[in-house]
Amino acid sequence: MRKPQRGPSLADSLTSLPQAKSSDLSLEDGSEIAVIGGGPAGSFFSYFVLGQAKRVGLDIRVDIYEPRRFDESGPSGCNHCGGIISESLVQILAAEGINIPPDVVQRGIDSYMLHTDVGSIRIDTPLVEKRIAAVFRGAGPSGLGESSWSSFDAYLLNLAVSKGAQVRRKLVSGVEFEAGRPHLRSPDGLNKGYDLVAVATGVTSNFFQLIDDLEIGYRPPRTVKTFICEFQLGSETIQAQLGTSMHVFLLDIPGLEFAAVIPKGDYATMCLLGHDIDNQMVEAFLASPEVKGCFPNPEMIPEHVCFCFPRINVQSAVQPFGDRVVLVGDCGVARLYKDGIGSAYRTSKAAAKTAVLHGIAMEDFKQHYWPACRTIAKDNRIGKFIFAFNHLFQGRRFSQRAVLRMTSWEQQKKEGPQFMSMVLWDLFTGSAPYREILRRTFHPSFWIPFAWNLVAAVFSRGGGKKIGRPL
Amino acid sequence: MKNSALGRTYADKECIIRQGDVGDCMYVVQTGKVEVVREEGGVEVLLAVLDEGDFFGEMALFEQDVRSASVCSRGESRVLTVDKKTLLGRVQEDPSLAFNILRTLSNRIRKLNAELVRARGRSRT
Repeated sequence: MRKPQRGPSLADSLTSLPQAKSSDLSLEDGSEIAVIGGGPAGSFFSYFVLGQAKRVGLDIRVDIYEPRRFDESGPSGCNHCGGIISESLVQILAAEGINIPPDVVQRGIDSYMLHTDVGSIRIDTPLVEKRIAAVFRGAGPSGLGESSWSSFDAYLLNLAVSKGAQVRRKLVSGVEFEAGRPHLRSPDGLNKGYDLVAVATGVTSNFFQLIDDLEIGYRPPRTVKTFICEFQLGSETIQAQLGTSMHVFLLDIPGLEFAAVIPKGDYATMCLLGHDIDNQMVEAFLASPEVKGCFPNPEMIPEHVCFCFPRINVQSAVQPFGDRVVLVGDCGVARLYKDGIGSAYRTSKAAAKTAVLHGIAMEDFKQHYWPACRTIAKDNRIGKFIFAFNHLFQGRRFSQRAVLRMTSWEQQKKEGPQFMSMVLWDLFTGSAPYREILRRTFHPSFWIPFAWNLVAAVFSRGGGKKIGRPL
Repeated sequence: MKNSALGRTYADKECIIRQGDVGDCMYVVQTGKVEVVREEGGVEVLLAVLDEGDFFGEMALFEQDVRSASVCSRGESRVLTVDKKTLLGRVQEDPSLAFNILRTLSNRIRKLNAELVRARGRSRT
């Protein structure tokens, strides 16, 4: 009897095409990878590079350099972010087998409350299901004692460790090429060479600026300052005041693009995005009646317990890759104003697949990693157009009324398409690409009722009535 | 932490999908357990009990057919819905996203083969 031959495995079949290497620089058994930064981009990269390597039978080592401990409360363990995992990312991660545990999700979000100068409206998720996760990137704000919740970044880092990554609690102070390999240096004397260095430092630290020294043609992304703070209100007050809705504000405050109050366990996180947010803009925002209405005593907004002015990526980096070097997450390309963790996932996975299946030369990253970045960058250009258009509406009360009228009408209907609601939902949740949002606004079923509501809003301008329904 | 889990809560014996219904979503169990039950000739057969992290309803992603079995909550459970459009849209950009689903389907075929061998063995004796 002929001995049955073992055919190619599913993994072999799935990876057979891209296994043709396009360069001589590639990972081999025993290759070592350094990942600088243990936030979502670094953890996702490590998780996927180790997973892909295992599928193709490659034995590699991954060291993640991260001096911070995300299980510590306050700035030392924080990654300075609003902490929203978008509806689409929650689903995609679940399909990857990454289910965010309940002790990491501070609050499941099932709706948005849109506040404008002329009223508020609640927009429910189409399935009335909690598919947006509000999380703390670290262990929570300063002064937080014992907590029943865990850090999102610590959860992801542990996932990477479960795949075999090693975490090194060291601060990397420089990267230099020696004999064609990148070497990491640290203030305590580390000088270690790697086959590949993945930089995932975000844009809050200045480390990514050091990549300039490597002369790979990298130019850092353009960034703007934002504002994030935390209010300790207690879970009962948060449930009563904010519920399970993310509160989004489109107010006519110069320079302010978008603001949100996100309910979490015992805290509410407030985020302001725009053109170099300063204290004056924060005070103008807090003084608006729409914001005051979110707090139990509108005349006395409590002092925030923690605040920061982190920077965000608003224009992609130039060439975030070179021979044996790749930059992932915010220090490369990120989605404009939204879903930063989603773009960290996409860019990190694309870089990890490139490294394992194609190679680690500049040409490999250009051919297989850069298209994923370019898709996000192109979409951001459409996003800029949408936000500019949105800004026009934000500054005119009759157009704000028209948006609210149309959304209110759609939300009260039980069935039928909800064009305005879906456009707003995807714009605020970051669930759909900007091109998809723009495409929906070209549909006659969007424009005809919107034109009608614009006309109706012009003639109903005296009312000043709050539109929408309560929480 | 009642506000913290993702997905939708289902009460004991509440069905998430029903055999014969048309479906366009996949589901992932977040907390609790669910039972997969198929009715054949008036008799209900328990096919599987799924746990946290397990998914079901994935056939709807690949076929335009009705649900082949009902899935109901065993005790209280929390289940996340994954939209076909969201998932397949992403699979177009990143086919490796389907790997986890294919691996699970492959495991299920392996178990079914083992069940078939056992059933044929029983029928011979």
